[in-house]
Formats: sequence, C-alpha cells, structure tokens
Amino acid sequence: MRYFYLIGMMLCFVMSGAVFAKDWEEQHLFQAPNHTLTLRVLSSTDTSLFAPIIDQFVQQNPNISVEYLVTGTVDLYDTFRQNASDFDVVISSAMDLQLKLTNDGHALKISGVSHPDWAQWGQGLFAFTAEPAAIVINRAAFAGRRKPQTRQDLILALRARPEVFRGKIGTYDVRASGLGYLFATQDARASETYWRLMEVMGSLDAQLYCCSGEMLDDVANGTLAIAYNVLGSYAHARPDALKKIEVIFPSDFPTTMMRTVFVPKETSQRSAAVSFLKHLILPSTDVSDLGLFRVPFLTSEPNDMGQSMIALEPALLTYLDVLKRRKFIQAWEDAIIQPSF
Amino acid sequence: MTDTTRISGSLRNRLATTLIGGAAVLAVLLFVVVRGYAAQIAQQGQDSILAASASSILDAAIIRDGSVEVDFPYSALSILSTPSDDRIFYAIYRDDTLLSGYESLPRAPFDGSATTAFTTTDFQDDAVRFISARRILVGENLRTHVSVVVGQTQDGLTLTLNRISRNVAVFGIGFFILAALLSYWATSITIERLTRLTISVTRRGPQDLSPVIAPMPVEMAPLVASLNTLMDRLDQSLNRSEEFIAEAAHRVRTPLATVRSYAEATLQRVSKEENRQALRSMVRAIDESSRAAGQLLDHAMITFRADHLEYQDIDLVELVTEFVRSFSPLAEMKDIEFSLHMSPPVHIAGDPILMQNAVRNVIDNALKYSPCESIISITVSAHPNPRVIITDQGPGFPPEQLNTLTERFTRGDNAEGTVGSGLGLTIAQDVALAHEGHLELSNLPKGGACVTFILSA
Ligand SMILES: Nc1ncnc2c1ncn2[C@@H]1O[C@H](COP(=O)(O)OP(=O)(O)O)[C@@H](O)[C@H]1O
Repeated sequence: MRYFYLIGMMLCFVMSGAVFAKDWEEQHLFQAPNHTLTLRVLSSTDTSLFAPIIDQFVQQNPNISVEYLVTGTVDLYDTFRQNASDFDVVISSAMDLQLKLTNDGHALKISGVSHPDWAQWGQGLFAFTAEPAAIVINRAAFAGRRKPQTRQDLILALRARPEVFRGKIGTYDVRASGLGYLFATQDARASETYWRLMEVMGSLDAQLYCCSGEMLDDVANGTLAIAYNVLGSYAHARPDALKKIEVIFPSDFPTTMMRTVFVPKETSQRSAAVSFLKHLILPSTDVSDLGLFRVPFLTSEPNDMGQSMIALEPALLTYLDVLKRRKFIQAWEDAIIQPSF
Repeated sequence: MTDTTRISGSLRNRLATTLIGGAAVLAVLLFVVVRGYAAQIAQQGQDSILAASASSILDAAIIRDGSVEVDFPYSALSILSTPSDDRIFYAIYRDDTLLSGYESLPRAPFDGSATTAFTTTDFQDDAVRFISARRILVGENLRTHVSVVVGQTQDGLTLTLNRISRNVAVFGIGFFILAALLSYWATSITIERLTRLTISVTRRGPQDLSPVIAPMPVEMAPLVASLNTLMDRLDQSLNRSEEFIAEAAHRVRTPLATVRSYAEATLQRVSKEENRQALRSMVRAIDESSRAAGQLLDHAMITFRADHLEYQDIDLVELVTEFVRSFSPLAEMKDIEFSLHMSPPVHIAGDPILMQNAVRNVIDNALKYSPCESIISITVSAHPNPRVIITDQGPGFPPEQLNTLTERFTRGDNAEGTVGSGLGLTIAQDVALAHEGHLELSNLPKGGACVTFILSA
C-alpha cells in the first residue's frame, strides 16, 4: 500500500499534515436551516457542477449541512488515505483510485440500493454519472475545415497543419491528474492509435494540464486550438464558452468515465452520509427538468450504456501498479515530451 | 382374548422407522457428500483462476538492464472479476523484496520444488484465498527469483456454494420424501398380508377350525403352518371331548332308564305311603338326570353338527304343528292351550334334527314355566325373515338376566323348583347361529316370556 501512497507523494502537491490546515482548491459550506450535523464531502468535482443537487439535498434534509471540499483526484486519494475518518462522503472521477480504496475495504457496504450491476462495485462504490472523454476544438481554428471525428482524423489534421497547432494542443498531464492517467491508460489499452497521437502531439509541443476546466478555458480563449481527453461535461457548465468551442466525442472508440461515490467505513455519521449517497445516485426527481443538470447522470435505461463505460472492476488496479505505472509514464513521457529542436 | 395379548412394538412401525431412518441418513449423507464435492470443485475453480492470474503476471516478468520489469496485462486482474465483486490483492516480489502491490500479504510456503502454493487466510477481515507462484528469471550473468502472490476474497465462492447447497438440500429432501413414501408403501403391502390373514382368521365362525389354505408368502408359511397344526389339534381335542360327553351321557342314560323302570315297577308293588313317596322322588330325580343327560347329548351333537349341517327343505309350520301335537298330552295335564298363528307353509333350508331340537327346547321351556290354565301362543311367519315366535303367560325372564340366559348351564333366578339343566336356550341359540340366524329373548308387556327364533332369509 505504501507504494500507491508513494505515487501520491511523487505526484501531488506538497501535503500539509492536518486536514484542516489544508489548502483546498474549493471549499464551500451549504448551510442547513436547522443545522444539527455537517457532512464533509470530499470531491474532485468543481462545486459549481454539484451545487444544485447539494442545495436540493439540504432542502430535503434541513438539519444536515454539507461542507463540500474539492481537490484533485490524486490529492484526494492521498488525503483520504491519511485521514479517512475526517470525511463522510468521497466523490471522485478517478475510478481506479476509488476502486482501490473500495478494494482495500474503506467503503461502507450499503445493501438494498437498486443500482445496475455494472455501475457499482461490491455494494460499496457507486457510479452516478457517465462522462465521455472528448476532443474539444476552438471553432475559429477549424473555420471552414472538416472537424476531426476520430483520433485518426485528429492525427491527420495535426500533421496537415503543424505550424498552426504547434504549442496549441493541450491534454492532461497524466503524472499529475488521476483522471488524465485513467483516460490515458484506457485509451492505450483500447488502441495503438493513442501512442501515435501522443507522438504527434509531443512533436507539436503539447501543453500539459492538471484539469479539464483550465483546458476548456484555454480552448475558449484561443490559447489552445485543440484539447484532447477533456471532460465534455465541464463545457456544459460554461454556456458562454460553448459559442467558441465545440465538443466532439470521438466515434472510433469512446472512453467514458463514471464518477463514483462511496461512504467511508470510518465515518461517524453513517445514516446521513448514506442518504446523501442515495440522493446522488438515485435522483428523486428528474434533475434535468429542474435545471439541476450540470453533470450527465446515469439514466435508467443503461444496458447499452454499460458497454462503453470503463468497467468498474478490480482490473482497474492494473495501471496503479507501481511497475506498470513507471513503465507507462516512461513511455508517455518519451512520446509527449520531446526535446524541441 | 385380545385384552390379554401383550403388545411389544409394532412391526409396521419398526419397518417404516428403519426404512425412513435409512432414507434420512442417506439424504443427509448425500447432502454432505455432494456439498463437500461441490465445495472442492468450486475451490478448484477459484484456484485455477488465481493460478491463471498469477502465471500471466509472472509471464510478463523480464529482466532489462539488470532490473526486473513486470508489465502484466490488464487481463491478469480482470479475470478475477466476479459477479459478487470479490476484493483482490496481489504483490510482486523479486527474491524477497516487494516490487509492487500490497504489503504484508501472506506467502504460502512452497512445497519442495513446486512453483505454486495455495493458502486460505483471514486478511483485512475477510477469508481470502491466496496463491503464491514463482519463477526463475535468467538474464546476462544474473539469476533471480520473481514471485507473486494473488489473493481473492471468497464471497463469490460462498454464493456459489450456498446456491449449490440449496439445490442439493432440495434434492435431498425430495429424495427423502420419495424414499419415505416408498417405504410407507412397501411396509403397507408387507403388513397387508398379515392383516389379511388376521382378518380371515377373525372372520371365522366360532366352530370353524379348518386349516388356512390361502397361499402365503414364504416368511409367513411357518406361522400359518403352526397355526394350522394348532387348530387341527384343537379340533381333534374338541371332537374328542364332545365325543366323550356324548358317550358319557349315553352311558348314563341307558342304566338310568333301567333303574327308572325298576323303580316304577316297585312303585306298583309297595303300598306304604312313606316308601311310595321315596320311590316317586327317586323317579323324578332319575327323570331329571336323564333329561340333563339328553340335553348334554343334544348340545354335544349340535356343536358337532354345526360345522357340517345337512341341509334339507323343512316346512317350519309342519315342524311346529308336529311338536304341538306331541306336547299336547303334557299340556293337557296343566290345562294349557296352544294357540297357533300360521297358515301358509314356511319353507326353509336347514338341518332337520337341529331344528327339531331347537324348537322342542323352546316349547318345552314355555310349558315348564307356564302356570296352569294358560295359553301358549306360537306364531310362524316368513316375513321379514322366517321365524318362530313362542310366547307364554308365565312369569317371564328375569329382566336383569336376559343377556346371560343363553349361556351354557345358566339358569334364571325363577328356575328354582323347575326341572332343568340350563342348556335349553343354549341349544336353541346355537342352532339359530349355525343357520346364520339368532335368538331373541324378551318379556311381553302384559307379562310372560317371548322367545323369537329367527333364521336368515
Ligand atoms: N318360558 C320361560 N319363562 C320364564 N323363564 C324362562 C322361560 N324359558 C327359559 N326361562 C329362563 O331361562 C333359563 C334358562 O333356560 P334353559 O336354558 O332352557 O334352562 P332350564 O333347563 O333351566 O330351563 C331358565 O332357567 C329360566 O330361568
């Protein structure tokens, strides 16, 4: 286990020892009117995306306040490992890290939740969104040109106009982002195209990002022409950006991540935490109708959905293996970080 | 008889218990064995998947530039996915240093030169099945051991086992029920033969001592043979005693007749009142004795003949009329009148000698117990069954004794001073029973006894 932890140490911000002294990316308290207890929700998702659904929860449970703490997926993993009992709900987009925590016995078994089999693991870890990785392009950069629909298209487009794209391609820094690493490993698993694309991107001096949000902002403001493996869902939360950018889900093979949530065994507020989890995974009313829809929740006709998802299974631990990870990062660095001539 | 039979257990119960108990034991055995077998197979299934996982990790191990690389495939862990989401653990070691994976997994000791070893241990609160596997890597001037440990919790296994157990339990219970039904059936048909024998013996007439001739299963043959021998002996000894009684009565009667005629002759000759009185008592006593001897003889004969009746066509009306005629002198002595109610002949099939005996005894009783100057009424009718009804105007039967008067040598309380041996009604009843009829005793409301001799239609 120390080894996984070491990964965290290697990759994430310098950790402060105490949770409370920690610098969160975002920290927001949803104050309940008849507050009696506070749920501490550890999440990798921007507050703005979840605010509506948390507001709804607080409305329905007027005695439960929710403290929403946001950090990156890898940091989240390490923070939780160190202070498991400080949190009541853990939400993350890094399915592999979440699965590892569950596999290590940190998730509370919650029985009697009717949730599709492929969207849960061991009655502890529950998936509640389906978010495909997308190619996001700046409309201006492709004005009058065919927009790439597949990874192969993208390679051709990049090769066709290297001078346009040099320095203006973005993707996740897989060393820093858990989600980026998950997308990259799943892409690599699915097709060799991934490596060719990385090489092309490397040769064009690709920019590396920690988060989807920043990539989207940079595509929108023209710093980037293309961003690869971005969460399309974030784009919907930026209505004004949508005018400048286009979100393309590659049609060759989709890599779709499911955001997952679990209640740590260590929590002292089990029932409140469980009802929060149920609120997330079983939206009581149609959230999209209420205008709460900022993340694509799993729908109830998921059979064909299950296929395109990254499977929620213990094999996700494979790329967390320290040897595998070292090798993968090595290969990735070799491809994307090329000495500029 | 039955009250004195001592009961010890029941063959049917013992047989059924043995069979059903056996079935239960078999069912439990079946369950245990099949479940054990299933557990073994399920464990083998898990083991072979663990082995596949471990060997695909090991296969990926290579030495590059003096260090070990293990780029194991995604499938190495994905084959460990189970429907019940079992947790998995793994660790990769070079010699004894952990390269990657979980710390402090239990490493099963290898047996001799074996390359795999299994163990089941509690790890993180769950029972976990672990495989250890090893391989020697040879590089340029380098030789090193790489070993892996792969573990998987056993929820899926337990689930499978429980499902199998449930199925096997259902199967076992089904087997048991079937076997129980079968043993019940087998027991029943076995016992049925005994029951049939019992019924056939029970249904016999009281005099029927003939051997059982129905075919018997071999196990029951000795019992039936002994029963037959017993009955044969009983029959012989009964016959012998009847014969003895008849012989004895006969032997007594003849000398009695002689003595009586001497006594009568002497009575003619003596004139002294005192002596005549003694002689008369003597004659009466002789009469009584010879009458009793006669009845004994009759009774013995009836018992003897009841088994083999000689059926003839008898007209009851004629029979009764004849007796009335022969009893008339006696009746006249007591000023008793017979009133007969019978017109058309009533034909029956019966043994004439027995019938005569029966009717004579009943009419004789009526005469004996009737007061002087009274009427004895005799009715013969064919409906509903052929019957003879004899009523008198005497004191009637002692009501509290009605049920016992037909027993042998039983006399009523009202019989004192009347000649008799207590066999008259017994004879009448035995004859009626031998003809599948019966005898009814009752008292008339106005006083007087009523004897109804009923034959079967
Ligand atoms: N016609 C009758 N009237 C009154 N009592 C009778 C009559 N017939 C029989 N009994 C009673 O039934 C008893 C049995 O009769 P039975 O067997 O003929 O023997 P017994 O030789 O004493 O007459 C008699 O002792 C008597 O008490």
